[in-house]
Amino acid sequence: MKHPSLPLRPAASAARTAGRLSRLLGRGGGTTLPGLLLNRLRPQATAELARAVPDGVILLSGTNGKTTTARLIRAALDASGAQVAANTAGSNLQRGVATALLDAEAPDIALFEVDEAVLPNLVEQTRPRVVVLMNLFRDQLDRYGELEHLAHRWRSMIADLEPGTTLVYNADDPALAEIAADHPDSVAYGIEDPRQGREALPHAADNTDCRRCGSPLQYQMITIGHLGQWACPSCGLTRPQPDVKAVNVELNGMDGQQMAVAGPSGRLEISLLLPGLPNTYNAVAAVATALAVGVAPATISGALAERGAAFGRAEHIDVGTRRVTTLLAKNPAGANENIRMVLNDNRPLHLLLLLNDRTADGQDVSWIWDVDYELLLEGDRPASLTLGGTRAHDLALRFRYATGGPADFSVVPEPAAAFDAALAACGPDGRVYVLPTYTAMLDLRRVLADRGLVPEFWEDE
Amino acid sequence: MSGGRPTVRLGHLYPDHLNIYADRGNIAVFRRRLEWRGMALEVTEVGLGDEMPEDCNLYYLGGGQDRDQWLVAEDLAAKADSLRRAADSGAVVLAVCGGYQLMGHSYTAADGKRMPGTGLLDLETAASRDRLIGDVVLTVDLDGRASTVVGYENHAGRTRLGSGCAPLGRVEKGHGNNGEDGFEGAVSGRRIGTYLHGPLLPKNPWLADVLLRWALDHAGAAVELEPLDDALEHEAHAVATKRAGLKR
Repeated sequence: MKHPSLPLRPAASAARTAGRLSRLLGRGGGTTLPGLLLNRLRPQATAELARAVPDGVILLSGTNGKTTTARLIRAALDASGAQVAANTAGSNLQRGVATALLDAEAPDIALFEVDEAVLPNLVEQTRPRVVVLMNLFRDQLDRYGELEHLAHRWRSMIADLEPGTTLVYNADDPALAEIAADHPDSVAYGIEDPRQGREALPHAADNTDCRRCGSPLQYQMITIGHLGQWACPSCGLTRPQPDVKAVNVELNGMDGQQMAVAGPSGRLEISLLLPGLPNTYNAVAAVATALAVGVAPATISGALAERGAAFGRAEHIDVGTRRVTTLLAKNPAGANENIRMVLNDNRPLHLLLLLNDRTADGQDVSWIWDVDYELLLEGDRPASLTLGGTRAHDLALRFRYATGGPADFSVVPEPAAAFDAALAACGPDGRVYVLPTYTAMLDLRRVLADRGLVPEFWEDE
Repeated sequence: MSGGRPTVRLGHLYPDHLNIYADRGNIAVFRRRLEWRGMALEVTEVGLGDEMPEDCNLYYLGGGQDRDQWLVAEDLAAKADSLRRAADSGAVVLAVCGGYQLMGHSYTAADGKRMPGTGLLDLETAASRDRLIGDVVLTVDLDGRASTVVGYENHAGRTRLGSGCAPLGRVEKGHGNNGEDGFEGAVSGRRIGTYLHGPLLPKNPWLADVLLRWALDHAGAAVELEPLDDALEHEAHAVATKRAGLKR
């Protein structure tokens, strides 16, 4: 079991060759194998490679929005002319970070989206220049344990950050604000547009009690889940004033949005191809991060305007005259936002929900009972509802007990058949919204790739 | 409200704090399975500082994060006598996960701190470092019927039963109360505690119907529960059983 650790250069070269071979042989991905091998051959290699990146490492984490935000930051960095090492098309675990470092040719700067549970360890290894903390929502309890536990680990991680590390964090998330605000070099971001507020906390909201004294928080404005403008009436703990904030947010349905971002360097007009308030947060996080590493404001707004969706995240695919839009979600907060987005479309609503229970989805599927699917059933919608994936029958029960009426949906577990059923139901010019979990999205992707509708996964970037 | 229809009054304890494993699914099952038979469910939510109603036919206590469970425990201990009087009168109590632990005498955290329980079930729970997580299949013998119950467990607590209650079921797959003795949950009369969520009732409709029959009896409504078309429930139950079987 014990190997002697190889020197960095031969270890890296062996791992790179393995990755190239794997791709040549069509063994897929190639985004994890080289990193896995490198860690085997030389466990300290990730740290060594990361610390050698001249302009430093950016690590970004949170329950929702990591991939999209990383892509937006990447766009800004690319536009600034920097050579970037990034795992934007790959794994967000240790092995994905190691692979991205191996693949980069003399990078100036590195940008990694990182799994919440892995973040503390990667912070220790890479000694990042910037850490971006986006949000903590109720997620896959079987994998991460309770939010509480994760928040606790992040708290110790922040306490151990080197003073020179910039902490970019979401001030609208009380769980993050309380653990992040004391770090000496921090940048808070948030949304300040009262028109984007919502009337009530959703059922699945967590973190709505004061982290310091336990009293229920009061919200002047709620944006998503437990995010918003919060304050504790009892002990006085208050949302930090954001240094970078979205004001004047104009959402244009599924087509995108405009916003102004106010920050220390003035006001920045941002136009985004990505829909919905979650992407407003992603964009503000990206602006705050890009500013923190010195990208010029005009470069940022230009780059963000051109960036389309990451695959599976509000991605549109045309199938003949039909259009298929995929909205990935694997927890109640994400699913609730997707429901809001599809309900904004006034055309007949054809839905395909895909629920898998593999490790990356969460093996515990009870979270679907915390999603507000009832909203979909108001006012005679949807026009068709197809339920698929390995746990299609759990979705079926969710809707059976939500409607109370006769079952008005089809249950088709197998992904290709489910996709065909949804297409058939929507008619020749219809639009299907697909709401999959992570591996269900990959299953669907395989179906679409087999039919030549999308390229293979690892060619995405 | 219910207009003379047979009605079950449900006391939902701490819905704002104990709701982490989709507990509202269990409430939805109670509601719909009554409505589909022309009956009704009336829910009283009982939060921190609220008075505990003693006239409910059915009480539900769900699961929460550690932090929320601590918040609730003191409050609940102060109301335990009211809950006990209701249970002694024949009201049904269903407690899941964290709620199950609160039905015992106490819960001892990893750092040795003790959280008071209600003592409605004769059991003790102590936290361990490792969580017991995964799919569970039980065989349960309840109300004169033996059947399987499927669910998902995720708990750090190790629960040990005293002589005053019996286990709810035998573990076929999974960990159960403590990962050692092969049993899961606890039953004493109409008081039931279990670690199983998923949520528990949608995939185990017969168990929901047993609880409803007891609750209707307590409500003084002598009614038969006519069978429902549970084809989807049975399908989902079968998928979960197969998945649990494949895991080992």
